[in-house]
Order: sequence, then structure tokens, then C-alpha cells
Amino acid sequence: MRVAICEYGAGNVRSVELAFHRLGAELVDDVLGADLAVLPGVGAARAAMAGLRERGHDAALRERFAADRPILGVCLGLQLALDWTDEDGGVAGLGLLPGRSVRLSEGRVPRMGWAEVDGRGAFYFAHSFAAETPCATAWSEGIVAEARSGSFLGCQFHPEKSGATGARYLEEVEALSRSRV
Amino acid sequence: MADGRVVKGVRFQELREVGDPVELGAAYSDAGADELVFLDVRATVDGRPALVDLVESVAERLAIPFTVGGGVRSVADGEDLLSAGADKVAVNSAALERPELVGELAAAFGSQAVVVAIDAEAGCVRSRAGTTDAGRDAVEWAREAEARGAGEILLTSIDADGTRAGYDLELTAAVAAAVDLPVIASGGAGNARHVAAALGVAQAALLASILHEDPERLASLRDELRGLGVAVRG
Repeated sequence: MRVAICEYGAGNVRSVELAFHRLGAELVDDVLGADLAVLPGVGAARAAMAGLRERGHDAALRERFAADRPILGVCLGLQLALDWTDEDGGVAGLGLLPGRSVRLSEGRVPRMGWAEVDGRGAFYFAHSFAAETPCATAWSEGIVAEARSGSFLGCQFHPEKSGATGARYLEEVEALSRSRV
Repeated sequence: MADGRVVKGVRFQELREVGDPVELGAAYSDAGADELVFLDVRATVDGRPALVDLVESVAERLAIPFTVGGGVRSVADGEDLLSAGADKVAVNSAALERPELVGELAAAFGSQAVVVAIDAEAGCVRSRAGTTDAGRDAVEWAREAEARGAGEILLTSIDADGTRAGYDLELTAAVAAAVDLPVIASGGAGNARHVAAALGVAQAALLASILHEDPERLASLRDELRGLGVAVRG
């Protein structure tokens, strides 16, 4: 399995790399040609979007999506795949799935820590914004925890930081990607 | 952490070496720790950044969130730690000297990656590993840190640190009430009841001394916490 992680110059893609490395994936640079492309979730929306554009990853991801090739978005990676995010005064997203990312209004923000994803166990979350989308497939405390549209799968939690539960999740994503290749 | 080894003292004094950071980090991750915090306590005093190579080696073995602090003075320092595998950067002394740093880090990496570490003695903030009076009130500084974009407050009571006599609940509750951010209580854990009490006022509790001498203790602590009605993962 060849996995490309979209680096966009906003911090830690290392933990995502390590997680896929542990699963035995081969990490490649070719976002368009890889078996699975991962849009990791670190940094702030505006800088991240600018970083993606600078590297041409935005076009590559749209092309992958149009070709029905698997993409995984993690945390901010899910939010950036939406039409729009309210973060940083409002930033247009990749538009891979309908909806927008809005600031959390309840509880302590950022929402940091382990939380139950309905029916799937506990995962680690670290976010101030969350997706509002008709494509949600899992929730955590009423917040969208996962969304799918076509070949795009996005999770609000960090599977790469969620211990054994997270590793199993990434294994399933890999298996799903393999079946689409 | 100091000089590449895990160290622990009492009230920030008499630091004693307790082990290897890579081995301890992996052991805690495997034993069910929710998160690992790694503070290079000599970095600021020695006038150098945290040990990036060491961060890299620890991160390689972890599948849980990893916060690293010590000597972070700029966005570039933060970048170095994050690309070495840290998920969050903790700032302390440099943010007290130049509070704008908190906002700069938040703009670069997002608030969720910025932890403001506060070391307090009798409610007053101390910087440079507790050696210097920062001339600020802990509650007021936590509030300012939040306004400047911090994502989490790591609050260490110097009075309680290493004593195993329980967390400083009064200080922790005051800070937690003053901000809407998650607060990590630190300093003073001696048993499961202490941890349960801290989790009654803060969103997370940090453990050091009692685990460092016996990493196996983490598993039994988790069971004891469950027995006390605390929601423990897995």
C-alpha cells in the first residue's frame, strides 16, 4: 500500500507518518498516484489552505476525488475538505463534501482529550471547529466525528494519536482503500 | 527531563534521575497513559532549545498525544519540535517575557497545539524552572494566555510538586474557573484519590513522581480510578 501524506508546512505530519509506517505502508510523495492520500490535521485553516495551494496539493486532491480514488482527511483535513470553514475569518475549502466547519459553542474550547465515538470506542480529539455536513457517518457527544462522500473519508478525531483503537481504525481505512484501488 | 534523562524533584528542587525518556515514554504509552508531557526543564536556564533528537526518538514509540516544552522562544523552535513528532508545544518562560509569542504560535499551528505551562507558588507565577518571580498572578496570566490563543493550560503547583500530598485544588479550581480552556492539573499526585479530586476541578491530571519510580503503577491506578467512579478510557 502506497500512502501519500499531504505535507503543507504547518507542523506535525510526523505522527501520521509514524502511524502508517507502523501499519507497514510505503510512504510516497505522489499525492495523485498513491493508493491512499492523507490530508492530515494540523495547523490553522488559512495557513493550511495556502500551504496546500503552494504545493499543488489542492488540485491533486480534487483530481483524485473526481477519479474516485481514496482520500483520508484527519481533523483539520476533514474541515478543509468541506465547502467552507469559519476559522480565521472564513476560508473556502476544497469542496469535496458539502457543508461547513463552524466553531464549537458548547463546553471548553478547544475540545481536547479522549471521547467516545458512538459505537466505536474512545478516540483522541483536539479541535475548536467541527463539521456541519449532511454526509456525517459517526458522532461523538453530538459532534460530527466522521463524514464520507464518494472516495473521501474524514475523521474529526486523530486516529494516529488514539492508541490501539486508532491503529485499528487506520487499518480499516487501508483495507477500504485497497478495495477501491 | 534534564541532560537527556528523566528527572524528578520535590518543589522543583533536588532533581533526581529516574530513567530513560524513550523507555519510560513507550512504557507509559503501552500501559494506557492518555497523553505524554515532556518538559526539558534545563533548556531555558541553559539558554538552548529542547533536545529535538530525543523528542524524535520518544515520538517514534508513541501512539498517544505528545506535548513537548522547554526553551521554546519562537515559532521556529515550535516548528522544530512539531516536525520531530510533538503534537503540542508547551511554552512557559519565553511567553512570560514576551506574551505575543502565544498568539504567534497559535496563528502558526492552531490553538490546539499551544499549551501554556504555568508554574505557580502561592498563586504567583514563577519562570525559568521556578527560579524567578515572574511578577504575575497565576489566574490573571491564565486568562491572558487564553485571550492570546492558548489551547490548554498546564498548571503546576510548585508547592505541591513532588510531595505526593495531593494536587493544589484551590489554585487549580481558581484557574479552571477563570478560563474556558482545558486545564491540566500538575504537582502533588500521591494516589488515585488525589487524581480523582483533581479531575473534579480540572479536565486532566498529570502524574510524574509516582509513575517514574514504578511505571507498572499506571495500570493499577487506572483500575482504582474506575473504582472511584472516574471515567477511564478502554
